[in-house]
Amino acid sequence: MNIDSIKNGIVIDHISAGNGMKLYHLLKLDELDISVAIIKNVLSKKTGKKDIIKIDGDIALDMNILGYVDPDATVNIIKDGNVFKKERVDLPDTIKNVIFCKNPRCITSVEQEIDHVFNLADKEKRIYRCIYCETKAE
Amino acid sequence: MKSLINITDLSVEEIEELINIANDIIANPDKYREKCRYKKLATLFFEPSTRTRLSFEAAMLDLGGSVLGFSEAQSSSSAKGESVADTAKTISCYADIIAMRHPKEGAPLVAKMNATIPVINAGDGGHNHPTQTLTDLLTISREKGRLENFSIGFCGDLKFGRTVHSLIHALSRYDNIKIYLISPEELKLPSYVKSDVLERNGIEYIQTTDFEETIPNLDILYMTRVQRERFFNEEDYLRLKDRYILTPEKLEHAKEDLTIMHPLPRVNEISTAIDEDPRAAYFRQVLNGKFIRMALILKLLEVEI
Repeated sequence: MNIDSIKNGIVIDHISAGNGMKLYHLLKLDELDISVAIIKNVLSKKTGKKDIIKIDGDIALDMNILGYVDPDATVNIIKDGNVFKKERVDLPDTIKNVIFCKNPRCITSVEQEIDHVFNLADKEKRIYRCIYCETKAE
Repeated sequence: MKSLINITDLSVEEIEELINIANDIIANPDKYREKCRYKKLATLFFEPSTRTRLSFEAAMLDLGGSVLGFSEAQSSSSAKGESVADTAKTISCYADIIAMRHPKEGAPLVAKMNATIPVINAGDGGHNHPTQTLTDLLTISREKGRLENFSIGFCGDLKFGRTVHSLIHALSRYDNIKIYLISPEELKLPSYVKSDVLERNGIEYIQTTDFEETIPNLDILYMTRVQRERFFNEEDYLRLKDRYILTPEKLEHAKEDLTIMHPLPRVNEISTAIDEDPRAAYFRQVLNGKFIRMALILKLLEVEI
């Protein structure tokens, strides 16, 4: 299957198979008025299968969301048809309003306007905890 | 603006400083009688707690300051739907320091993020209760003369018992502490406290349901109440509340210099027959609570000592 190369834009590569659609929504790519291609289940030598997202335009990606969902993904910035820069993503220290605390005893369960903020508690185990009640993100 | 939300907000050195100040207050109370003159403490208690609220109020009054506030959510603007953030901003206009208790976990952190004055967490649901932990540390320090090299047993509700969680956090920073966790299966210490605090810091711990067999090993026994208000189901509460009761008979094989602590209030988990035993430290612990809160208020208000 072929998808046309992009001239200026972003390719998010090495997305774990199945995460492409999730990232599409979390990164709010569905709200863009430019071409976005999601390629699912691409054969990968490293992981067997992967997803790829191609964005036909230079936009500011929320690297924290990307890092939280898929820290193994890579971001290629394309300029004039060539890879201008490769960026690796990493687990962010803090994520805001990406995931939501489900603890019914947490203050966020009753006060709607509070940001849902999670901090990275354990990098190895990829555990995030709510900053208010310390409940583990699911 | 420095606040106290979680006991880990304080370094070991800062805790030591607070203990030293508290000991100085105990030795020289007159020196501190006017230290907070013209300063106001707001006690914002969204759920009832006679002991903690009165301890904070007594602490501020003994420092020569004044106190204002409320003791239940119904008598505050939260009954009208005001947010914790707005309450914190408003109270910042009236007082110099806030002590807040709230049934929801993390509410004092929200207050801190919005207040322009120091905020002290006076208990947030089943989560944290750092001034109780400071009270416990002062008590251990005064009773044992050290904050390291001892075996401590926590008994009762280790699942919802925030005093236990906070004290375990605090003790994980001291050397050679051995912890016994005595509870029914249903009220075991949450796994995240075990993995993130005990195991990460290499603290030796033993989890058991056998109270009597454990007592002889202990230098400190920390009893807790099974809290009715933490249960969604009354049946579970009734089934678990009488599981561990400390009686004089159970103390027969305990160490001579055992220290028995309890954050109080107790229901029936410590027999009143033990109150006169010199090893019972829980009422001395209450008094220590006032002194360490005095030290904390002085520190957060940056009053020169």
